[in-house]
Amino acid sequence: MTALKRTPLYAAHQAAGAKLVEFGGWEMPVSYAGILEEHRAVRTAAGLFDVSHMGEFEVAGPGAAGLCQRLTTNDVNLLVDGQVQYTLLCRDDGGVVDDITLYRRAADRYLLCVNAGNIAKDLAWVQAHAEGVSVDDQSDRTGLLALQGPRAAEILASLTDVDIAALRTFRFAEGAVAGKPAIVSRTGYTGEDGFELYAAATDVAALWGALIEAGRPAGLQPVGLGARDTLRLEAALALYGNDLDDETTPLSAGLARFVKLDGDDFVGRDALRAEREAGSGRRLVGLEVRGAGIARHGYPILGAGQPVGVVTSGTRSPTLERAVALGYVEAAWSEASEGLTVEIRGRQVEVAIVPTPFYRRARKGTPKGGS
Amino acid sequence: MEAPDTLRYSEEHEWVRVTDGIAVIGITDHAQDELGDIVFVELPAKDSVVTKGKPFGVVESVKAVSDVYSPVSGTVVEANDGLADTPEVVNSDPYGDGWMAKVALADPAEVEQLMTAAQYEEFVAKEKS
Repeated sequence: MTALKRTPLYAAHQAAGAKLVEFGGWEMPVSYAGILEEHRAVRTAAGLFDVSHMGEFEVAGPGAAGLCQRLTTNDVNLLVDGQVQYTLLCRDDGGVVDDITLYRRAADRYLLCVNAGNIAKDLAWVQAHAEGVSVDDQSDRTGLLALQGPRAAEILASLTDVDIAALRTFRFAEGAVAGKPAIVSRTGYTGEDGFELYAAATDVAALWGALIEAGRPAGLQPVGLGARDTLRLEAALALYGNDLDDETTPLSAGLARFVKLDGDDFVGRDALRAEREAGSGRRLVGLEVRGAGIARHGYPILGAGQPVGVVTSGTRSPTLERAVALGYVEAAWSEASEGLTVEIRGRQVEVAIVPTPFYRRARKGTPKGGS
Repeated sequence: MEAPDTLRYSEEHEWVRVTDGIAVIGITDHAQDELGDIVFVELPAKDSVVTKGKPFGVVESVKAVSDVYSPVSGTVVEANDGLADTPEVVNSDPYGDGWMAKVALADPAEVEQLMTAAQYEEFVAKEKS
């Protein structure tokens, strides 16, 4: 067996009493105080995540913008310096190689943040299309922390020279955090306001310690991958390996707004245009379980008793206090108002298609609470 | 980890407390701690027959689904249906309000085959190492 990889924060997680589990070849904290408590901390105060296992590639030089445009489904021309874009790498047949964030640091310098389990695959894919453009895999020397929650901004503002109040969503700035050089990006994977902080692997432990210390009075807690999953699922953010993979397309996953089919050419565009014309054969939908039980990854979805799909992610939503799921169903069932069930341990349990995200945070000026 | 002396324990981390031929069954403090936050419990119906070593229910934590194995054989006389609405009680009070089922024992001798608290603590220590 290959030894599991560890982030520079492994010792800090152990000291904090984290439960550690294998995730995509990495030994990562699944929880510290408990998944539900950590989930609540992010929804009501703030949470700090070690996501240093994720990968970072820098693409730089005269052909960098062109390479990014050829490889990604979104439109790189929409980016200005200091802006981030959610986008996808697709195969020729439209299948998803990975979903990533793309940072424009300069007109000829881009940072790609990729999923941990896909680093080797993505690097080979990008290099195979590079045509001489420099691709630098910085994953091992880069640490990544996510600071998320309604109090994230005030915690971070106390530690950085970056103007946090002026930093808009999906923008980033370079500055110092707790005295360490970092990229401060107003992005995340929780459905809350928050930040992702890229720093040198050698600085990330000091950064972690400073943030935990500064955030404690505001209710900041360390948060593991368990709550990261429940938080992203409530926000209906896709997880590669569950909701997306080489065989799924961004159109069937409901990600059409990140796929610019009428702009410049990119790998997979022709297949995706054909899918747009013909309509997707199956669609990713949000499901709410109406009976007893939790629909989980891999459970069959039935329509009028016949197999019509499969659950790709499911949990009991800590915020909504009911079981929710994402799953693919045949297009004919994707707007059904009744007749759908999920098979849970041999039982047919009624589910209903509901709008996503399951959870939407109250914005400034919006009254708290649901409709 | 807490393991009261008055209970018997199975290798699947269930506990049993016997009074007048009725076994009260639940999962151990160690089991609830390993599972983490429990969010769903599925229990056997009253009058159903359960068999030692066979699954008789399910506990689901946020992350995982786990079978609960019956540590004894017999007939269910009562299930703790309150856990449907408050599964977290299995975390907070595994040996008390977090009990799962009461079973009329088919063979009281089965209880003697279960581990004592001291044996169970040793078993858990070995499992961890």
